[in-house]
Amino acid sequence: MTPALGVPAAVEARGWGWRYATRHKWAVQDASFRIAPGERVLLLGASGSGKSTLLHGIAGVLGGDDEGEQTGELTIDGEPAARVRGSAGMVLQDPDSQAILARVGDDVAFGCENLGVARQDIWVRVRDALDAVGLEVPLERSTSALSGGQKQRLALAGVIAMRPGVILLDEPTANLDPAGVAEVRDAVRRVIDATGATLVVVEHRLDVWLPLVERVLVLGSTRDGSGVIADGSPDAVLRARGAGLAAGGVWVPGIPPVFPPPPASPPGELLLRAESLVVSRVRGTAVAGPLDLDIRAGEALGIVGPNGAGKSTLGLTLAGLIPPEAGRVSASAALSAGEKESPISWSSRALLTRIGTVFQDPEHQLLTTTVRAELEVGPRALGLASAEIGQRVDELLERLRLAALAEANPYTLSGGEKRRLTVAAMLATRPRVMVLDEPTFGQDAATWAELVAIIARLRDEGAAVAAITHDEKVLEALRARRFAVGADR
Amino acid sequence: MSAPTTPRARRGPIANLNPVAKLGAALLIALPLVLTIDPVSAAVALLLELPLLAAAGLRWREFWVRTLPIWIAAPLAGLTIALYGATSGEVYVEWFVVRISEGSLQLALATFFRVLAIGLPAVVLFVTVDPTDLADGLAQLLRLPVRFVLGALAGMRLLGLLTDDWRALALARRARGVADTGRVRRVLGMAFALFVLSIRRGSTLATAMETRGFGGSGPRTWARESRFGWREWMLLAVGAAISAAAITVAVITGSWNFILGATA
Repeated sequence: MTPALGVPAAVEARGWGWRYATRHKWAVQDASFRIAPGERVLLLGASGSGKSTLLHGIAGVLGGDDEGEQTGELTIDGEPAARVRGSAGMVLQDPDSQAILARVGDDVAFGCENLGVARQDIWVRVRDALDAVGLEVPLERSTSALSGGQKQRLALAGVIAMRPGVILLDEPTANLDPAGVAEVRDAVRRVIDATGATLVVVEHRLDVWLPLVERVLVLGSTRDGSGVIADGSPDAVLRARGAGLAAGGVWVPGIPPVFPPPPASPPGELLLRAESLVVSRVRGTAVAGPLDLDIRAGEALGIVGPNGAGKSTLGLTLAGLIPPEAGRVSASAALSAGEKESPISWSSRALLTRIGTVFQDPEHQLLTTTVRAELEVGPRALGLASAEIGQRVDELLERLRLAALAEANPYTLSGGEKRRLTVAAMLATRPRVMVLDEPTFGQDAATWAELVAIIARLRDEGAAVAAITHDEKVLEALRARRFAVGADR
Repeated sequence: MSAPTTPRARRGPIANLNPVAKLGAALLIALPLVLTIDPVSAAVALLLELPLLAAAGLRWREFWVRTLPIWIAAPLAGLTIALYGATSGEVYVEWFVVRISEGSLQLALATFFRVLAIGLPAVVLFVTVDPTDLADGLAQLLRLPVRFVLGALAGMRLLGLLTDDWRALALARRARGVADTGRVRRVLGMAFALFVLSIRRGSTLATAMETRGFGGSGPRTWARESRFGWREWMLLAVGAAISAAAITVAVITGSWNFILGATA
């Protein structure tokens, strides 16, 4: 057997810092630590503490002087990290933008080719890597036909085929359903056990990764100081820093986020009903159904099911955005208020006060150049008086903690802020039914608690909330009625 | 949902040849046909191409579906030339700006065959080309810059995602209450949003490629060898032969009409 899938390497930072050329603030400042070869480290920190930047620095992909300014040193086995590209391999968060080539085998081989590995050795490595991550698909399989969990395991295989001394994971499971999370975590465990490689993980979901790591590093943010502010065994660090980390958005085991109170009153009148509904994105290709479903005022409905079961498509169909493939969606008289029965026949304007939708990717919904203007779009389309518009917008800015950002460009907001903005924009026209697609996807604990509180309040004010999610905690917190789509794989 | 990009395995003597050879053959066939405009050369080329088309490994249905645009474009192009083309010889019909003459009919026929003779082999040869194999060929055989070839190849994979993005952008505008009027402005806005999204996706992809050592200074190897053997040379020879035959027959019959020279 060839030894080692790579030789474990040491990572060392001495007063390291990085400032992106486009920012005034330093992303990371004065970080110093040494990670021994083969150590397994979880890198923590509040949102905005520069964890991801540090990881990119170790991977050597931050770029040169025109990309930003560096201080101190960051080395892998004594060599500057930027110069030894390939000795640290990284898996990123988004499963969709990481597959580089069209076929599974070619994609895994890509890194080896770049490192100049001889052809006959490449294919041995490709098979070893796919075995190690447990991805048992033909080498010719299309990479876009894989599930989210499979795509992340493919990315991991691509990394370990390069036999790096350090494996870096940047929130590799943030966008996955629970089955995908388990798949990836188990694959990482197998790989680390087999290779002994040094591991550095950035994640804000601790319960997933704590069993795998032996050391936790905490990066400080503006509030609690720069550089590494805590370093030690998971138990010790969490005992000392748990509360602070939880406040900074990290999911700390034993510190559950605050749940909103249960609904004050039982569900009210029927607003929207689906009968024998079959849904499809592309006409003729049904993805789910036939389904029967009622949506009532003052109730939270959780639409659950595995990735690819058609949950989002169902949401868009209920929201009157895409036509049903078969069966029907009908609004009650209370909801339609003078319009026809079927939401898809309504005008875009009529939809505003009746059914609101928040998409999974906030950027699909952004229309303007300031946060304030974004909130004004809906009320303006309704033709409200400007005094009324001003009042509604100010109230929402306050309520969703966006007031300080009123003049900011929506594209520059953080993930959590963007999510709050799209929710606020929907609320501006006061729809009676709200469809939310993965409202808590990839959010840190602080934003999570905030969003759940907002949704619970809307529910109690009499709105019907349909949330598409695979976040069990959301359903629990909202006391949501569950509606399952598609069988579990 | 983005469609898988891996083509099914195909049968047929040409289907599995190196894409660079297919590209070369298609170019060889097209070259003389764009230099002359006469019915004979194109008709000869078209006739000689028939075995090539049959050997490409497409099923009948697929053949017709893929080449349908050409079958529509060819008669339309011919018709336009017949009605409005340069007038010469006897004039058969004259009405407003329409003037059908002996010369314009001849040009029309030439155009009709030309579109088919250039279009059919180009489409048929390329339907069976896998982008990854083509990139391998371009980089390994023609020595095109690796950064450029692989960057383009990886970027192409984002096209499927962009289609999904575009659909979501359209739905989101309906949800925001702005989809009833101002269609042109809305589409422009969506195009801009798509532009921003694609840059973002592109830079993530670039990072993913860099983390796998792409763009490093060391020598690069290739997991798949792009082979160019006697079969590939044969295909090029066939392309050249079709080309030569078309020119020869056209010159012998006196119909050769060099496009850059004086018009007859």
